[in-house]
Amino acid sequence: MNGKPLVSIITAGMSKFGKHEGLLAREIFADAAYEAFSRCPKLNPKGDIKAMFIGHMGEAYEHQGHTGSAIADWAGLTGIPATRCEAACASSGAALRSGIYAVLSGLADVVVVGGVEKMTHRTTSEVTEYLAMASDYPFEQYHGITFPGLFALMATAHMHAYCTTEEQMALAAVKNHYHGSLNPKAHMQKEVSLQTVMASKYVAWPLKLYDCSLITDGASCIILTKPELAKKYTDQPVHIVGSGQASDTIGLYERKSLTSLQSTKLAAKSAYEMAQIKPEQIDFAEVHDCFTFAELMAYEDLGFCKVGGSGKFIESGATRLGGAKPVNTSGGLKAKGHPVGATGTAQAYEMYLQLTDQADRRQVKDAQIGLTHNIGGSGATAAIHIYRRDH
Amino acid sequence: MSTVKPFTIEQFYKFIAQGKLMAGKCLKCGKIHLPPRPLCDNCFSKQFEWMQVTGKGKLLTYTVIHVAPQQFQALTPYAVGIVELENGLKIPGMINGVPHDQLKIGMELTLDFGACNTTQQWPQWQRYCFKP
Ligand SMILES: [Zn+2]
Repeated sequence: MNGKPLVSIITAGMSKFGKHEGLLAREIFADAAYEAFSRCPKLNPKGDIKAMFIGHMGEAYEHQGHTGSAIADWAGLTGIPATRCEAACASSGAALRSGIYAVLSGLADVVVVGGVEKMTHRTTSEVTEYLAMASDYPFEQYHGITFPGLFALMATAHMHAYCTTEEQMALAAVKNHYHGSLNPKAHMQKEVSLQTVMASKYVAWPLKLYDCSLITDGASCIILTKPELAKKYTDQPVHIVGSGQASDTIGLYERKSLTSLQSTKLAAKSAYEMAQIKPEQIDFAEVHDCFTFAELMAYEDLGFCKVGGSGKFIESGATRLGGAKPVNTSGGLKAKGHPVGATGTAQAYEMYLQLTDQADRRQVKDAQIGLTHNIGGSGATAAIHIYRRDH
Repeated sequence: MSTVKPFTIEQFYKFIAQGKLMAGKCLKCGKIHLPPRPLCDNCFSKQFEWMQVTGKGKLLTYTVIHVAPQQFQALTPYAVGIVELENGLKIPGMINGVPHDQLKIGMELTLDFGACNTTQQWPQWQRYCFKP
Protein backbone atom coordinates (compact mmCIF):
# COMPACT_ATOMS: atom_id res chain seq x y z
CA MET A 1 0.00 0.00 0.00
CA ASN A 2 3.15 2.20 0.13
CA GLY A 3 2.02 4.35 3.03
CA LYS A 4 -0.93 5.71 1.05
CA PRO A 5 -4.21 6.22 2.92
CA LEU A 6 -6.37 3.08 3.01
CA VAL A 7 -9.47 4.98 4.09
CA SER A 8 -10.20 8.39 5.57
CA ILE A 9 -12.13 9.33 8.68
CA ILE A 10 -14.55 12.16 7.86
CA THR A 11 -16.17 12.50 11.27
CA ALA A 12 -16.40 10.84 14.67
CA GLY A 13 -18.58 10.76 17.77
CA MET A 14 -18.43 9.48 21.31
CA SER A 15 -20.92 9.47 24.15
CA LYS A 16 -19.84 10.57 27.60
CA PHE A 17 -18.20 7.53 29.23
CA GLY A 18 -19.46 6.72 32.70
CA LYS A 19 -22.66 5.54 34.34
CA HIS A 20 -25.72 5.97 32.16
CA GLU A 21 -28.51 4.94 34.49
CA GLY A 22 -31.78 4.13 32.77
CA LEU A 23 -30.32 4.01 29.27
CA LEU A 24 -29.92 1.00 26.99
CA ALA A 25 -26.87 0.45 24.77
CA ARG A 26 -28.77 1.53 21.65
CA GLU A 27 -29.74 4.80 23.34
CA ILE A 28 -26.16 5.53 24.37
CA PHE A 29 -24.99 4.81 20.83
CA ALA A 30 -27.50 7.36 19.53
CA ASP A 31 -25.45 10.04 21.33
CA ALA A 32 -22.25 8.98 19.54
CA ALA A 33 -24.04 8.85 16.17
CA TYR A 34 -25.60 12.29 16.77
CA GLU A 35 -22.20 13.84 17.44
CA ALA A 36 -20.67 12.23 14.33
CA PHE A 37 -23.53 13.36 12.11
CA SER A 38 -23.54 16.89 13.62
CA ARG A 39 -19.82 17.35 13.05
CA CYS A 40 -20.26 16.64 9.32
CA PRO A 41 -23.11 18.69 7.85
CA LYS A 42 -22.19 17.65 4.30
CA LEU A 43 -22.95 14.02 5.12
CA ASN A 44 -26.48 12.79 4.44
CA PRO A 45 -26.64 9.82 6.81
CA LYS A 46 -29.66 8.18 5.21
CA GLY A 47 -28.44 8.45 1.64
CA ASP A 48 -24.66 8.24 1.93
CA ILE A 49 -23.98 5.55 4.55
CA LYS A 50 -23.92 2.11 2.95
CA ALA A 51 -22.89 -0.22 5.78
CA MET A 52 -22.37 -0.42 9.54
CA PHE A 53 -20.09 -2.59 11.69
CA ILE A 54 -20.68 -2.50 15.44
CA GLY A 55 -18.42 -3.85 18.17
CA HIS A 56 -20.42 -5.31 21.05
CA MET A 57 -19.16 -8.00 23.38
CA GLY A 58 -21.94 -9.34 25.55
CA GLU A 59 -25.59 -10.26 25.13
CA ALA A 60 -25.74 -11.06 28.83
CA TYR A 61 -25.69 -7.42 30.01
CA GLU A 62 -29.06 -6.49 28.49
CA HIS A 63 -30.45 -9.82 27.26
CA GLN A 64 -29.89 -8.39 23.83
CA GLY A 65 -28.12 -10.07 20.96
CA HIS A 66 -28.40 -9.15 17.27
CA THR A 67 -27.01 -5.74 18.15
CA GLY A 68 -25.86 -4.78 14.65
CA SER A 69 -29.42 -4.22 13.51
CA ALA A 70 -30.61 -2.88 16.88
CA ILE A 71 -27.92 -0.17 16.84
CA ALA A 72 -28.53 0.74 13.19
CA ASP A 73 -32.24 0.98 13.98
CA TRP A 74 -31.79 3.44 16.86
CA ALA A 75 -29.21 5.45 14.86
CA GLY A 76 -31.83 6.02 12.16
CA LEU A 77 -30.02 3.84 9.63
CA THR A 78 -32.45 0.93 9.22
CA GLY A 79 -32.12 -0.65 5.81
CA ILE A 80 -28.34 -0.71 5.45
CA PRO A 81 -26.38 -3.91 6.11
CA ALA A 82 -25.50 -3.77 9.81
CA THR A 83 -23.31 -6.42 11.39
CA ARG A 84 -22.12 -6.96 14.94
CA CYS A 85 -18.41 -7.72 15.30
CA GLU A 86 -17.37 -9.61 18.40
CA ALA A 87 -13.74 -10.02 19.43
CA ALA A 88 -14.15 -9.43 23.19
CA CYS A 89 -12.51 -6.11 24.18
CA ALA A 90 -11.23 -5.73 20.60
CA SER A 91 -14.75 -5.85 19.14
CA SER A 92 -14.73 -2.35 17.69
CA GLY A 93 -11.07 -2.64 16.65
CA ALA A 94 -12.30 -5.60 14.60
CA ALA A 95 -15.31 -3.54 13.44
CA LEU A 96 -12.92 -0.86 12.21
CA ARG A 97 -10.90 -3.46 10.34
CA SER A 98 -14.14 -4.79 8.81
CA GLY A 99 -15.12 -1.27 7.74
CA ILE A 100 -11.79 -0.94 5.97
CA TYR A 101 -12.45 -4.25 4.17
CA ALA A 102 -15.86 -2.91 3.10
CA VAL A 103 -14.53 0.39 1.72
CA LEU A 104 -11.51 -1.19 0.00
CA SER A 105 -13.70 -3.88 -1.58
CA GLY A 106 -15.64 -1.15 -3.35
CA LEU A 107 -18.95 -2.45 -1.99
CA ALA A 108 -19.55 0.56 0.28
CA ASP A 109 -18.16 4.07 -0.15
CA VAL A 110 -19.23 5.40 3.26
CA VAL A 111 -19.29 3.16 6.32
CA VAL A 112 -20.01 3.69 10.03
CA VAL A 113 -17.85 1.67 12.41
CA GLY A 114 -18.46 1.88 16.10
CA GLY A 115 -19.11 0.04 19.31
CA VAL A 116 -21.08 0.11 22.51
CA GLU A 117 -21.41 -1.61 25.88
CA LYS A 118 -23.78 -1.03 28.81
CA MET A 119 -22.26 -2.59 31.93
CA THR A 120 -22.77 -0.58 35.11
CA HIS A 121 -26.26 -1.89 35.94
CA ARG A 122 -24.69 -5.30 36.68
CA THR A 123 -22.87 -6.35 39.88
CA THR A 124 -19.06 -6.60 39.89
CA SER A 125 -19.40 -10.38 40.24
CA GLU A 126 -21.66 -10.58 37.17
CA VAL A 127 -19.33 -8.35 35.13
CA THR A 128 -16.33 -10.45 36.25
CA GLU A 129 -18.12 -13.55 34.98
CA TYR A 130 -19.19 -11.99 31.66
CA LEU A 131 -15.70 -10.60 30.95
CA ALA A 132 -14.11 -13.97 31.74
CA MET A 133 -16.11 -15.42 28.84
CA ALA A 134 -13.51 -13.84 26.56
CA SER A 135 -10.95 -16.34 27.87
CA ASP A 136 -10.68 -20.10 27.43
CA TYR A 137 -13.54 -21.85 29.21
CA PRO A 138 -12.45 -25.49 29.76
CA PHE A 139 -9.00 -24.80 31.25
CA GLU A 140 -9.01 -21.18 32.42
CA GLN A 141 -12.51 -20.11 33.50
CA TYR A 142 -13.31 -23.63 34.68
CA HIS A 143 -10.39 -23.53 37.10
CA GLY A 144 -11.27 -20.14 38.54
CA ILE A 145 -8.87 -18.03 36.46
CA THR A 146 -10.41 -14.60 36.04
CA PHE A 147 -9.71 -11.96 33.43
CA PRO A 148 -7.51 -9.85 35.77
CA GLY A 149 -6.01 -13.20 36.77
CA LEU A 150 -4.73 -13.82 33.23
CA PHE A 151 -2.98 -10.44 33.06
CA ALA A 152 -1.67 -11.04 36.58
CA LEU A 153 -0.12 -14.32 35.34
CA MET A 154 1.68 -12.34 32.63
CA ALA A 155 2.66 -9.57 35.07
CA THR A 156 4.17 -12.10 37.51
CA ALA A 157 6.21 -13.65 34.71
CA HIS A 158 7.38 -10.19 33.57
CA MET A 159 8.36 -9.16 37.12
CA HIS A 160 10.36 -12.39 37.41
CA ALA A 161 12.07 -12.04 34.03
CA TYR A 162 12.82 -8.29 34.03
CA CYS A 163 12.49 -7.12 37.65
CA THR A 164 9.47 -5.00 36.72
CA THR A 165 7.83 -3.60 39.86
CA GLU A 166 4.31 -2.96 41.09
CA GLU A 167 5.26 0.73 41.38
CA GLN A 168 6.20 0.87 37.70
CA MET A 169 2.81 -0.61 36.78
CA ALA A 170 1.09 1.85 39.13
CA LEU A 171 2.72 4.74 37.24
CA ALA A 172 0.53 3.89 34.24
CA ALA A 173 -2.56 4.40 36.42
CA VAL A 174 -1.24 7.71 37.79
CA LYS A 175 -0.43 8.97 34.28
CA ASN A 176 -3.72 7.87 32.72
CA HIS A 177 -5.77 9.38 35.54
CA TYR A 178 -3.91 12.65 34.97
CA HIS A 179 -4.80 12.47 31.27
CA GLY A 180 -8.40 11.55 32.17
CA SER A 181 -8.62 14.68 34.32
CA LEU A 182 -8.19 16.65 31.06
CA ASN A 183 -10.93 14.78 29.18
CA PRO A 184 -14.49 15.99 29.83
CA LYS A 185 -15.86 12.73 28.44
CA ALA A 186 -13.78 10.46 30.72
CA HIS A 187 -15.49 8.32 33.34
CA MET A 188 -12.99 9.37 36.04
CA GLN A 189 -11.77 12.96 35.77
CA LYS A 190 -9.65 13.18 38.87
CA GLU A 191 -5.99 12.50 39.46
CA VAL A 192 -4.85 9.70 41.75
CA SER A 193 -1.57 9.48 43.64
CA LEU A 194 0.94 6.66 43.48
CA GLN A 195 0.18 5.96 47.15
CA THR A 196 -3.55 5.55 46.41
CA VAL A 197 -2.83 3.07 43.63
CA MET A 198 -0.33 1.13 45.74
CA ALA A 199 -2.65 1.03 48.75
CA SER A 200 -5.66 -0.26 46.82
CA LYS A 201 -6.84 -3.82 47.42
CA TYR A 202 -5.57 -6.76 45.40
CA VAL A 203 -7.86 -8.05 42.69
CA ALA A 204 -5.40 -10.66 41.38
CA TRP A 205 -1.92 -10.29 42.85
CA PRO A 206 0.16 -8.31 41.76
CA LEU A 207 -2.71 -6.33 40.21
CA LYS A 208 -4.72 -4.08 42.49
CA LEU A 209 -8.03 -2.29 42.09
CA TYR A 210 -6.31 0.81 40.67
CA ASP A 211 -4.40 -1.32 38.17
CA CYS A 212 -7.73 -2.30 36.60
CA SER A 213 -9.74 -0.40 34.00
CA LEU A 214 -13.22 0.79 34.87
CA ILE A 215 -16.59 -0.86 34.38
CA THR A 216 -18.21 1.78 32.18
CA ASP A 217 -21.14 2.51 29.88
CA GLY A 218 -20.36 4.17 26.59
CA ALA A 219 -20.45 4.25 22.81
CA SER A 220 -18.23 5.55 20.03
CA CYS A 221 -18.16 5.66 16.25
CA ILE A 222 -16.19 6.98 13.30
CA ILE A 223 -17.29 7.34 9.70
CA LEU A 224 -14.97 6.15 6.94
CA THR A 225 -14.81 6.77 3.25
CA LYS A 226 -12.42 6.32 0.34
CA PRO A 227 -9.54 8.84 0.53
CA GLU A 228 -10.53 10.34 -2.83
CA LEU A 229 -14.06 11.10 -1.55
CA ALA A 230 -13.02 12.51 1.84
CA LYS A 231 -12.78 16.17 0.78
CA LYS A 232 -16.38 16.02 -0.43
CA TYR A 233 -17.39 15.71 3.23
CA THR A 234 -14.75 17.60 5.22
CA ASP A 235 -11.74 19.89 4.88
CA GLN A 236 -9.97 18.01 7.67
CA PRO A 237 -10.01 14.26 7.08
CA VAL A 238 -7.78 11.94 9.11
CA HIS A 239 -6.22 9.14 7.10
CA ILE A 240 -5.76 5.55 8.20
CA VAL A 241 -2.48 4.46 6.62
CA GLY A 242 -1.90 1.10 8.31
CA SER A 243 -4.10 -1.69 9.60
CA GLY A 244 -3.18 -4.98 11.24
CA GLN A 245 -5.24 -7.60 12.99
CA ALA A 246 -4.00 -10.92 14.36
CA SER A 247 -5.08 -13.81 16.55
CA ASP A 248 -3.37 -16.05 19.08
CA THR A 249 -4.30 -19.23 20.99
CA ILE A 250 -7.42 -18.75 23.08
CA GLY A 251 -5.66 -20.27 26.08
CA LEU A 252 -2.82 -18.21 27.58
CA TYR A 253 -1.21 -21.44 28.76
CA GLU A 254 -0.51 -22.65 25.19
CA ARG A 255 1.57 -19.61 24.24
CA LYS A 256 5.34 -19.62 23.84
CA SER A 257 5.76 -16.34 25.71
CA LEU A 258 4.02 -15.19 28.87
CA THR A 259 5.70 -11.77 28.84
CA SER A 260 4.62 -10.51 25.41
CA LEU A 261 1.63 -10.80 23.09
CA GLN A 262 2.32 -12.44 19.75
CA SER A 263 -0.97 -11.05 18.37
CA THR A 264 0.19 -7.49 19.08
CA LYS A 265 3.55 -8.14 17.46
CA LEU A 266 1.99 -9.68 14.33
CA ALA A 267 -0.66 -6.97 13.95
CA ALA A 268 1.93 -4.23 14.57
CA LYS A 269 4.25 -5.70 11.94
CA SER A 270 1.52 -5.61 9.26
CA ALA A 271 0.34 -2.13 10.25
CA TYR A 272 3.87 -0.67 10.31
CA GLU A 273 4.75 -2.30 6.97
CA MET A 274 1.55 -1.14 5.33
CA ALA A 275 2.08 2.41 6.59
CA GLN A 276 5.84 2.32 5.94
CA ILE A 277 6.28 3.81 9.37
CA LYS A 278 8.67 2.80 12.14
CA PRO A 279 7.75 2.70 15.85
CA GLU A 280 9.97 5.74 16.54
CA GLN A 281 7.92 7.81 14.06
CA ILE A 282 4.71 7.38 16.08
CA ASP A 283 4.04 10.72 17.80
CA PHE A 284 1.36 9.46 20.21
CA ALA A 285 -0.69 6.34 20.82
CA GLU A 286 -3.76 4.93 22.49
CA VAL A 287 -2.83 1.48 23.81
CA HIS A 288 -5.01 -1.14 25.45
CA ASP A 289 -4.52 -0.54 29.19
CA CYS A 290 -7.23 -2.90 30.43
CA PHE A 291 -4.71 -3.39 33.24
CA THR A 292 -1.70 -1.17 33.93
CA PHE A 293 0.63 -4.06 33.15
CA ALA A 294 -0.98 -4.42 29.70
CA GLU A 295 0.16 -0.87 28.87
CA LEU A 296 3.75 -1.69 29.86
CA MET A 297 3.72 -4.88 27.78
CA ALA A 298 2.29 -2.91 24.82
CA TYR A 299 5.26 -0.47 24.91
CA GLU A 300 7.55 -3.45 24.30
CA ASP A 301 5.39 -5.31 21.77
CA LEU A 302 4.82 -2.14 19.72
CA GLY A 303 8.55 -1.35 19.68
CA PHE A 304 8.28 1.87 21.72
CA CYS A 305 11.02 0.60 24.04
CA LYS A 306 13.28 -2.43 24.28
CA VAL A 307 12.05 -5.83 25.50
CA GLY A 308 11.97 -5.79 29.29
CA GLY A 309 12.49 -2.02 29.35
CA SER A 310 8.89 -0.86 29.81
CA GLY A 311 9.23 -0.21 33.54
CA LYS A 312 12.12 2.19 33.00
CA PHE A 313 10.36 3.67 29.97
CA ILE A 314 7.30 4.73 31.96
CA GLU A 315 9.55 6.02 34.76
CA SER A 316 11.23 8.32 32.21
CA GLY A 317 7.94 10.19 31.69
CA ALA A 318 8.15 9.71 27.90
CA THR A 319 4.54 8.57 27.69
CA ARG A 320 3.05 11.40 29.74
CA LEU A 321 1.46 14.39 27.99
CA GLY A 322 4.39 16.67 27.16
CA GLY A 323 6.75 13.68 26.87
CA ALA A 324 8.35 12.37 23.69
CA LYS A 325 5.58 9.86 22.98
CA PRO A 326 2.36 10.53 24.93
CA VAL A 327 0.31 7.37 25.44
CA ASN A 328 -3.39 7.29 26.31
CA THR A 329 -3.98 11.04 26.26
CA SER A 330 -7.71 10.26 26.48
CA GLY A 331 -7.17 8.72 29.92
CA GLY A 332 -7.10 5.26 28.38
CA LEU A 333 -9.27 2.39 29.50
CA LYS A 334 -8.00 3.12 32.99
CA ALA A 335 -9.55 6.57 33.48
CA LYS A 336 -11.68 7.26 30.40
CA GLY A 337 -13.31 3.88 31.06
CA HIS A 338 -13.67 0.57 29.25
CA PRO A 339 -17.14 -0.10 27.84
CA VAL A 340 -15.59 -3.10 26.11
CA GLY A 341 -17.34 -3.02 22.73
CA ALA A 342 -16.82 0.75 22.43
CA THR A 343 -13.12 0.86 23.27
CA GLY A 344 -11.52 0.26 19.85
CA THR A 345 -13.36 3.08 18.09
CA ALA A 346 -13.08 5.33 21.17
CA GLN A 347 -9.31 5.08 20.63
CA ALA A 348 -9.89 6.07 16.99
CA TYR A 349 -12.07 8.98 18.20
CA GLU A 350 -9.07 10.28 20.20
CA MET A 351 -6.92 10.01 17.05
CA TYR A 352 -9.54 12.03 15.17
CA LEU A 353 -9.57 14.78 17.83
CA GLN A 354 -5.78 14.96 18.13
CA LEU A 355 -5.12 14.96 14.39
CA THR A 356 -7.70 17.70 13.77
CA ASP A 357 -6.44 19.83 16.71
CA GLN A 358 -9.64 19.43 18.70
CA ALA A 359 -8.19 17.74 21.81
CA ASP A 360 -8.23 21.00 23.79
CA ARG A 361 -6.32 20.80 27.10
CA ARG A 362 -4.79 17.44 26.22
CA GLN A 363 -3.74 18.35 22.66
CA VAL A 364 -0.43 16.73 21.67
CA LYS A 365 1.80 19.42 20.10
CA ASP A 366 2.69 18.78 16.45
CA ALA A 367 0.85 15.46 16.39
CA GLN A 368 1.23 14.04 12.89
CA ILE A 369 1.11 10.24 13.25
CA GLY A 370 -0.81 8.22 15.84
CA LEU A 371 -1.39 4.55 16.60
CA THR A 372 -4.22 2.63 18.27
CA HIS A 373 -3.74 -0.78 19.88
CA ASN A 374 -6.84 -2.72 20.86
CA ILE A 375 -6.67 -6.25 22.25
CA GLY A 376 -9.33 -8.83 23.00
CA GLY A 377 -9.38 -11.18 25.97
CA SER A 378 -5.91 -12.11 27.17
CA GLY A 379 -4.56 -11.19 23.74
CA ALA A 380 -6.14 -13.79 21.45
CA THR A 381 -7.04 -10.79 19.27
CA ALA A 382 -5.09 -7.62 18.53
CA ALA A 383 -6.17 -4.85 16.15
CA ILE A 384 -3.74 -2.05 15.39
CA HIS A 385 -4.26 1.03 13.23
CA ILE A 386 -1.99 3.88 12.21
CA TYR A 387 -3.40 7.36 11.51
CA ARG A 388 -1.95 10.37 9.73
CA ARG A 389 -2.97 14.00 9.61
CA ASP A 390 -4.11 15.33 6.20
CA HIS A 391 -1.46 17.55 4.63
CA MET B 1 -10.93 -54.92 20.27
CA SER B 2 -11.57 -51.69 22.14
CA THR B 3 -12.31 -48.56 20.15
CA VAL B 4 -10.01 -45.56 20.50
CA LYS B 5 -11.59 -42.84 22.62
CA PRO B 6 -12.25 -39.56 20.79
CA PHE B 7 -9.54 -36.90 21.11
CA THR B 8 -11.77 -34.38 22.86
CA ILE B 9 -11.69 -32.16 25.94
CA GLU B 10 -14.65 -34.15 27.32
CA GLN B 11 -12.57 -37.33 27.07
CA PHE B 12 -9.56 -35.58 28.63
CA TYR B 13 -11.67 -34.88 31.73
CA LYS B 14 -13.03 -38.47 31.75
CA PHE B 15 -9.41 -39.62 32.02
CA ILE B 16 -8.82 -37.06 34.80
CA ALA B 17 -11.73 -38.68 36.67
CA GLN B 18 -9.83 -41.98 36.32
CA GLY B 19 -6.66 -40.42 37.74
CA LYS B 20 -4.85 -40.20 34.40
CA LEU B 21 -3.37 -37.16 32.67
CA MET B 22 -3.61 -37.98 28.98
CA ALA B 23 -2.41 -36.11 25.90
CA GLY B 24 -3.03 -36.76 22.19
CA LYS B 25 0.01 -37.51 20.03
CA CYS B 26 -0.23 -36.86 16.29
CA LEU B 27 0.70 -40.02 14.39
CA LYS B 28 1.79 -38.04 11.34
CA CYS B 29 4.04 -35.27 12.71
CA GLY B 30 4.51 -36.38 16.32
CA LYS B 31 3.24 -33.18 17.96
CA ILE B 32 1.81 -33.80 21.42
CA HIS B 33 -1.40 -31.96 22.21
CA LEU B 34 -2.42 -31.17 25.77
CA PRO B 35 -5.40 -30.82 25.81
CA PRO B 36 -6.04 -33.21 22.92
CA ARG B 37 -7.46 -31.80 19.68
CA PRO B 38 -9.37 -33.58 16.88
CA LEU B 39 -7.29 -31.79 14.20
CA CYS B 40 -3.52 -31.36 14.45
CA ASP B 41 -2.76 -27.63 14.29
CA ASN B 42 0.70 -28.42 12.92
CA CYS B 43 0.02 -30.85 10.03
CA PHE B 44 -3.81 -31.05 9.88
CA SER B 45 -3.82 -34.79 10.48
CA LYS B 46 -6.76 -36.43 12.26
CA GLN B 47 -4.76 -39.49 13.33
CA PHE B 48 -3.70 -39.58 16.99
CA GLU B 49 -2.78 -41.92 19.80
CA TRP B 50 -3.24 -41.40 23.56
CA MET B 51 -0.15 -40.82 25.61
CA GLN B 52 -0.01 -40.71 29.40
CA VAL B 53 1.86 -37.71 30.83
CA THR B 54 3.35 -37.51 34.31
CA GLY B 55 1.76 -34.82 36.45
CA LYS B 56 5.10 -33.55 37.75
CA GLY B 57 6.19 -30.11 36.63
CA LYS B 58 7.55 -26.67 37.39
CA LEU B 59 5.56 -23.51 38.11
CA LEU B 60 5.94 -21.03 35.21
CA THR B 61 3.85 -18.22 36.67
CA TYR B 62 1.13 -17.66 39.25
CA THR B 63 -1.34 -15.20 40.75
CA VAL B 64 -3.60 -15.08 43.78
CA ILE B 65 -7.22 -14.34 42.90
CA HIS B 66 -9.06 -12.05 45.33
CA VAL B 67 -12.09 -11.07 43.22
CA ALA B 68 -13.81 -14.03 41.58
CA PRO B 69 -17.13 -14.86 39.92
CA GLN B 70 -19.90 -16.02 42.30
CA GLN B 71 -19.03 -19.67 41.77
CA PHE B 72 -15.50 -19.26 43.16
CA GLN B 73 -16.05 -16.38 45.59
CA ALA B 74 -16.13 -18.65 48.67
CA LEU B 75 -12.62 -19.94 47.82
CA THR B 76 -10.94 -16.50 47.67
CA PRO B 77 -8.12 -15.79 48.02
CA TYR B 78 -6.91 -18.77 45.98
CA ALA B 79 -3.77 -19.35 43.92
CA VAL B 80 -3.73 -20.32 40.25
CA GLY B 81 -0.79 -20.87 37.95
CA ILE B 82 0.55 -22.36 34.77
CA VAL B 83 2.70 -25.47 35.18
CA GLU B 84 5.21 -26.80 32.64
CA LEU B 85 5.26 -30.61 32.47
CA GLU B 86 7.58 -32.96 30.62
CA ASN B 87 7.90 -32.41 26.84
CA GLY B 88 7.28 -28.71 27.35
CA LEU B 89 3.54 -29.25 27.79
CA LYS B 90 1.80 -26.54 29.81
CA ILE B 91 -1.42 -26.61 31.77
CA PRO B 92 -3.14 -24.10 34.07
CA GLY B 93 -4.91 -24.89 37.32
CA MET B 94 -5.45 -24.05 40.97
CA ILE B 95 -2.56 -24.50 43.36
CA ASN B 96 -3.49 -25.93 46.75
CA GLY B 97 -1.38 -26.65 49.82
CA VAL B 98 1.19 -23.89 49.32
CA PRO B 99 1.06 -20.78 51.56
CA HIS B 100 0.63 -17.86 49.16
CA ASP B 101 3.79 -16.09 50.33
CA GLN B 102 5.79 -19.21 49.50
CA LEU B 103 4.69 -19.47 45.86
CA LYS B 104 7.74 -19.23 43.63
CA ILE B 105 8.35 -19.42 39.92
CA GLY B 106 10.27 -22.63 39.25
CA MET B 107 8.93 -24.54 42.27
CA GLU B 108 8.01 -28.18 41.73
CA LEU B 109 4.33 -29.09 41.73
CA THR B 110 2.36 -32.25 41.03
CA LEU B 111 -1.05 -32.60 39.45
CA ASP B 112 -3.57 -33.96 41.91
CA PHE B 113 -6.73 -35.71 40.76
CA GLY B 114 -10.27 -35.37 41.95
CA ALA B 115 -9.53 -32.63 44.44
CA CYS B 116 -12.73 -30.73 43.74
CA ASN B 117 -16.18 -31.77 42.59
CA THR B 118 -18.68 -29.89 40.51
CA THR B 119 -22.41 -29.61 41.03
CA GLN B 120 -23.35 -27.65 37.93
CA GLN B 121 -25.41 -29.15 35.12
CA TRP B 122 -22.81 -28.62 32.39
CA PRO B 123 -20.07 -29.44 32.22
CA GLN B 124 -19.63 -32.19 34.78
CA TRP B 125 -15.89 -32.42 34.39
CA GLN B 126 -13.77 -33.70 37.23
CA ARG B 127 -11.43 -30.94 38.36
CA TYR B 128 -7.72 -31.34 38.94
CA CYS B 129 -5.36 -29.05 40.84
CA PHE B 130 -1.67 -28.73 41.67
CA LYS B 131 -0.02 -29.60 44.98
CA PRO B 132 3.55 -29.50 46.27
ZN1 LIG C 1 0.46 -33.39 13.23
